[in-house]
Amino acid sequence: MPDQTTAGTCRTLSGKNYRIRQKRVLVAGDDGIVLAEVEAPLIARHAQAGQFVIVRTHEHSERIPLTLAAWDKAAGTITLIYQVVGHSTREMAAVEEGGTFTDILGPLGSPITVKKHPHPVICIGGGVGVAPIWPKVKDLFELGNEVITIIGARTQRLLILEQELRPVSTELIVTTDDGSYGQKGFVTERLHEVIAARNGQISEVIAVGPIPMMDAVVKEMAGKSFREAFDPSVDYDPRRIPLIVSLNPIMVDGTGMCGGCRVQLWDPSKGQYEARFSCVDGPAFDGYAVDFRTLTRRNRQYLDSEKRTREAAASDAETAAAPAVETGQARNRETGESR
Amino acid sequence: MSDRSEEACPGQVPVPSNMAEIRKAALRQPTKTPMPMQDPEVRSRNFSEVELGYDFDLAFNESHRCISCGDPKCIPYCPVEINIRGMIDHLKKGDIEAAYQEIVKTNLFPSITGRVCPQENQCEMVCVKGIKGQPVGIGYLEKYLADWARKNGVRPHAELWPPNGRAIAIIGSGPAGLAAAAELVRLGYRCTIFEALHRPGGVLLYGIPEFRLPKQIVDFEIDNLRGLGVEIVCNALVGRTITLDEIQEQFDAVMIGTGAGLPYFMGIAGEELSGVYSANEYLTRANLMNARSFPAEPTPIRVGDRVAVVGGGNVAMDGARVAKRLGAATVDVVYRRTQAEMPARADEVHHAMEEGINFLFLHNPVTIYGGEDGWVREMEMVRMELGEPDQSGRRRPVIIPDSNFRKPYDVVIMAIGQGPNPLLATLTPYLVTNKWGQLVIDPKSLRVHLKDDAAHRPAEEAAVLAEDAGPAGPEGPVRIPVICAGGDIIGSQAGAGGTVIAAMGHGKIAARTIHEMLVERYPELANSLEIAAGS
Ligand SMILES: Cc1cc2nc3c(=O)[nH]c(=O)nc-3n(C[C@H](O)[C@H](O)[C@H](O)COP(=O)(O)OP(=O)(O)OC[C@H]3O[C@@H](n4cnc5c(N)ncnc54)[C@H](O)[C@@H]3O)c2cc1C
Ligand SMILES: Cc1cc2nc3c(=O)[nH]c(=O)nc-3n(C[C@H](O)[C@H](O)[C@H](O)COP(=O)(O)OP(=O)(O)OC[C@H]3O[C@@H](n4cnc5c(N)ncnc54)[C@H](O)[C@@H]3O)c2cc1C
Ligand code: SF4
Ligand code: FES
Repeated sequence: MPDQTTAGTCRTLSGKNYRIRQKRVLVAGDDGIVLAEVEAPLIARHAQAGQFVIVRTHEHSERIPLTLAAWDKAAGTITLIYQVVGHSTREMAAVEEGGTFTDILGPLGSPITVKKHPHPVICIGGGVGVAPIWPKVKDLFELGNEVITIIGARTQRLLILEQELRPVSTELIVTTDDGSYGQKGFVTERLHEVIAARNGQISEVIAVGPIPMMDAVVKEMAGKSFREAFDPSVDYDPRRIPLIVSLNPIMVDGTGMCGGCRVQLWDPSKGQYEARFSCVDGPAFDGYAVDFRTLTRRNRQYLDSEKRTREAAASDAETAAAPAVETGQARNRETGESR
Repeated sequence: MSDRSEEACPGQVPVPSNMAEIRKAALRQPTKTPMPMQDPEVRSRNFSEVELGYDFDLAFNESHRCISCGDPKCIPYCPVEINIRGMIDHLKKGDIEAAYQEIVKTNLFPSITGRVCPQENQCEMVCVKGIKGQPVGIGYLEKYLADWARKNGVRPHAELWPPNGRAIAIIGSGPAGLAAAAELVRLGYRCTIFEALHRPGGVLLYGIPEFRLPKQIVDFEIDNLRGLGVEIVCNALVGRTITLDEIQEQFDAVMIGTGAGLPYFMGIAGEELSGVYSANEYLTRANLMNARSFPAEPTPIRVGDRVAVVGGGNVAMDGARVAKRLGAATVDVVYRRTQAEMPARADEVHHAMEEGINFLFLHNPVTIYGGEDGWVREMEMVRMELGEPDQSGRRRPVIIPDSNFRKPYDVVIMAIGQGPNPLLATLTPYLVTNKWGQLVIDPKSLRVHLKDDAAHRPAEEAAVLAEDAGPAGPEGPVRIPVICAGGDIIGSQAGAGGTVIAAMGHGKIAARTIHEMLVERYPELANSLEIAAGS
């Protein structure tokens, strides 16, 4: 209803709604992950690696930030990959191919600058954070960089985009916490090995994933043991390796208007933490500077409320109960096994 | 909404038979005819409009308090110079419709301004009746007339010119953008408003709460604009979703009304704690995202028992009153000066006090403390006293040494002001900002200054444009961009700013500038101008 004249509904510039042209269930189940290719020509035209959008599924939805995982300027589509973690993502996952989202705003945030580096670049993705690193890996690879991609998940079932990342990575390392697939262990362990193997000759590390993962990567790279692991004859400070993380604080508008997304960044010139707005100054920041503790706490602000929304929605849907993400589409698992 | 002006009412009401008595009594009445209101006890728990509005009798009575000055002081103090005396004269004769039409000659959105204008600093400040007693309730009358028109389907008589084939882009759907669109669409331009959020209205929608300005009214005015042919494109953040250059390729002129959307924090320790909000975030959650209907609406908000709101303007009042309505047990407004210096509308301060909001005047926060879980627990404040006047003429608050103390809070709302929205200027290299981040404009025409006028265009593009512009005019072969700006994005550069009515006034000036410049460029547009002038 793009032309309806109530103030609640506006036209999109193309006159079209944000229709899901293609939907793929990457991971089935209650914590499932969905890939949706959505018609949004203006966003596709302007998208750059590192940017995100804000989605509202219907007239009464929250504004939910999601990273642009891919886009196709010619086709006028953007690709979003989202994991069901609560009420709003569940609603999004329930929209089927051919269905529409009411609102998508973007591209938002400052793009990550990609350039040709002298040394290899390491891209780390954890969990659904593998989606945001996809465009960065692609761009870096296309510029002729040596890209070492490390992706990890709790378990094989939750691993995504392995197929997509392989052709655009010089080397792809897969880890699972439980060892059900790839190498057993955390991405940090592999990161350590890779940097050690190159004796610190790494131009940049980009890490996107759950906050504990990004925090662990920073601690790893800034830690003393890390430094000691390298050839002492090389005057080597691992903090010299630029480390970029992409943060996922709670957002409202995504345009810099509310300040709800503020994160604390260490400002060495002032010797104190300074607030920065993730939606415009970020979401990518210098990992060494981020105060992850505050971010973790702020992201837990609405835990009680989120539980209440889920309960309210669950009791509403009691009768018409349907799993959030249709099971039976095990494409990703197959690709995993076919390796 | 239980507006008293609800009942259908003809445009001309017969003058009551006891008119002379009413008039005599009204002239002697020292105070405004009381505004019917929701009881403070009741209203502090709902989001319905606080001021219920005059009915005809009350409005008629109030109109007769006006002495119809030969040289009305009120009119020049109205930022858009509504013919206030003329409006009241019609009302005195019971001609509601004519009174309404008198307003909309200069102000197309009286249902909005009648509710949010700081009349006590404008028309009512200088009304001669205010010398001894209270001024005429000009704002109350404006609200009455606007609501009467809305309820009775009466629209402005302003004429609508046929489409002239030229297109204007308006960036931002706050009062500045809406006013510009209203003017330009009437002149025959195709107007497209680009709005970043998912609903239009700017601060009218996301900032000012329902109980002061029902969203229904904002929607009504916006729907009317749409009815006139104005197109509104939401989810369009100019600079990101579409660039100003792309817009200039598709439109003949641009009006920028992107507002003051940058919330300030104090820069004190503890502002990162959970439960510390900017007023913008708090109000956006409550108003735009309807967090007050949580969990039926999924956007949450932290209510808390003890809420502190820091600041003394309209934004602080709105934050405090929303907190109260959401169910906070105590709400303290913390302001570093005294009530006399508060920039908020006097009526709103008064309403807030009636609703049980506490005021800690001459207090200033220094640190916010949190618990192990990262949630706000207490706020440390200092007491202040007023010292010498500063540049603004207000006495500067000075800290009283060793007056620090702590008070427990669960939620702290920072309402200490906001800066111009920096996004568009940051992403558009040829826009110029001043030290406050405002777009630099010519104060008369509201044209924005451009770094190196027009030179920002690549040569090929300029050539194409030159062709489009026809033979080289006084501007040379390159088409010079027609870009104006108004509202909070220009601050006070063109006179008093920071209000809804100032933004609307800017919208009108910008519309006039755009029209004049386009007439110069496309002489055929002048025909419509002549007709317009001749009618
Ligand atoms: C810049 C950015 C990019 C993101 N990209 C992706 C992505 O590509 N794929 C993906 O699956 N997820 C992404 N996220 C996270 C995603 O926005 C949250 O998972 C989603 O908002 C959860 O909403 P919910 O109602 O389903 O869950 P809820 O039950 O409401 O919340 C679960 C958790 O999600 C977080 N969250 C809740 N509301 C918001 C909000 N409005 N904004 C941000 N976080 C919130 C909170 O930490 C909360 O504890 C991104 C977040 C940000 C800020
Ligand atoms: C809580 C609150 C209460 C107030 N109360 C009063 C009052 O009682 N009386 C009074 O006179 N004034 C009041 N004011 C001030 C008044 O609201 C503002 O002065 C006025 O709204 C400014 O209008 P504007 O059109 O410049 O901008 P805004 O109303 O701020 O609107 C700007 C719009 O532009 C959009 N935008 C910004 N950047 C872009 C972009 N790049 N692309 C597309 N869209 C964009 C924004 O999303 C927004 O919708 C209040 C302000 C607040 C915050
Ligand atoms: S100044 Fe007051 S009394 Fe005089 S015309 Fe204006 S409203 Fe009426
Ligand atoms: S999300 Fe509101 S300022 Fe970033």
